[in-house]
Amino acid sequence: MRGWFDLHPTLLIAVAGIFGLLVAGSVALWAVKRARPEKDLTELVQRTKSWWVMASIFTVAVLVDRVAGLIFLGAVSFLALKEYLSIIPTRRADRRVLFFLYLAIPIQYYWVGTGWYGMFIIFVPVYMLLFLPLPMLVIGQTQGFLRAVGTLHWGLMVTVFSLSHAAYTLMLPFSRAAAGDWAEPHVGPALMLYLVVLTQLNDVAQWMWGKLFGRHKIIPAVSPNKTWEGFAGGVVTTTALSAALGPWLTPIDAGGAAILGALLGVAGFVGDVTVSALKRDLGLKDTSHFLPGHGGVLDRVDSLTYTAPIFLHYVRYFYYPLPG
Amino acid sequence: MNWLRLLFFLLVVRPAVLFLLGLYVRRGELLPKHGPAIVVANHNSHLDTLVLLSLFPLALLPKVRPVAAADYFLGEGSALGWIARNLIGIIPIRRSGSALQNMRDDPLKGAAEALAGGAILIIYPEGTRGEAEKIAKFKNGVAYLVERFPDVPVTPVYLHGLGKAWPKGERWPVPLLAEVFVGTPLRWCFDRAKFIEKLERRVHAMARHGTFPGWDAEPSAADEKRLLDRER
Repeated sequence: MRGWFDLHPTLLIAVAGIFGLLVAGSVALWAVKRARPEKDLTELVQRTKSWWVMASIFTVAVLVDRVAGLIFLGAVSFLALKEYLSIIPTRRADRRVLFFLYLAIPIQYYWVGTGWYGMFIIFVPVYMLLFLPLPMLVIGQTQGFLRAVGTLHWGLMVTVFSLSHAAYTLMLPFSRAAAGDWAEPHVGPALMLYLVVLTQLNDVAQWMWGKLFGRHKIIPAVSPNKTWEGFAGGVVTTTALSAALGPWLTPIDAGGAAILGALLGVAGFVGDVTVSALKRDLGLKDTSHFLPGHGGVLDRVDSLTYTAPIFLHYVRYFYYPLPG
Repeated sequence: MNWLRLLFFLLVVRPAVLFLLGLYVRRGELLPKHGPAIVVANHNSHLDTLVLLSLFPLALLPKVRPVAAADYFLGEGSALGWIARNLIGIIPIRRSGSALQNMRDDPLKGAAEALAGGAILIIYPEGTRGEAEKIAKFKNGVAYLVERFPDVPVTPVYLHGLGKAWPKGERWPVPLLAEVFVGTPLRWCFDRAKFIEKLERRVHAMARHGTFPGWDAEPSAADEKRLLDRER
């Protein structure tokens, strides 16, 4: 097991960078508050405080060791799934089915932790898909069956399957296919930091570009505050950041990191508006109030549910050529 | 046994309520900060009491006592009775009895003594957990109690979502979010029926702000008939 003191310097600098950004953001917010005391900044202050808490827990979980990272993401999956199951209509008869959904979380993260890629990639999409109807058949209530089996499986795919892809980045350096720079033990945590930080910064960048220059609505029926300017500005920012950070933090070359940045920017946006569509359908503003200033856990990881699978498969396909 | 109850809430109930359920408390500052006081809530689940008790600071916990049905919780020598008495700290109350019996043996005695000693009582005026996420008609007991203690404030609370997390008749709870709405405290108004009606109205008004959907596709009477026809 890795100790605290033999952490790779790159990781430490990356974490210092995250907290440097938080300090800069907090100082900027404090300056705005002093310059314009009449403005109500309560939500922004709450949001910044929540960022501090989230960043602290996340960096500790990623740096300590792989098991801590997996438990952390498993807990995020649990909180997101719990929110989802609380806000969607479920049938009373399916209470027992909900147990199996929760049970799928430790099983899925166990496949991740053992590095059993084949099982990790089919367990939820195939085996849970095949299994979920069984307890429903035993219970025997057919009214609402289609809706129940569809909504429950979709929620499991988004909150557990997709998010567990972020956890799988921790396993990449242990893959047998890894060679050269990729075999270094710090690559896993570095990939995880890279994915999560870029995804969250992309959210912030899209929000800031939209606030500053937003004119033309991009998808008014789903998310009336999203604009083309915010979207484009966010994607360009994330592409540039990725091209600069990728080669330093990970073994990905600058060109590949730029393409990856653009992919993450677009995927993050799609994840964000997908969860927005879900909330709009249910008539909600936030999925919960777990994170003051942000809303629910699902609100926070909405973009990650799209970026994590794209990121993992991009890296696996282009940088981990499997033998044979 | 007070330390045991404190430890139980600190190490088991509070973490479980926070992580396994997850609460959104609105206007929690309206909860009583000292006794004597009464908190009145709707009742759908065994989780209601655990959630309500976890809303109070630990220092206040020894004072907070849920009033609960003696016939249900205090069956002879049962584990449930031990938990109810020592970990939850209930004040048992007799639910049924003739007028004559009530005259001889006051059913509100335990609750009245606790109030006189400065307790914060939790009372469910529906009298039972009832159907999930539905509010039944309030019974009069709480009015009889407040009549004897006209200076005690009565804080109405609406609990939402716990009936889905653990409804009556189910063996295990399922992790789901819950909401707690706290209303402004009511004072005794010298009229039992009017007092109960006021309480009921406040809880129903708060219920309109709940977020979560009810059960989906509960089979209606028509569906049940169709099923029966098909079996024939």
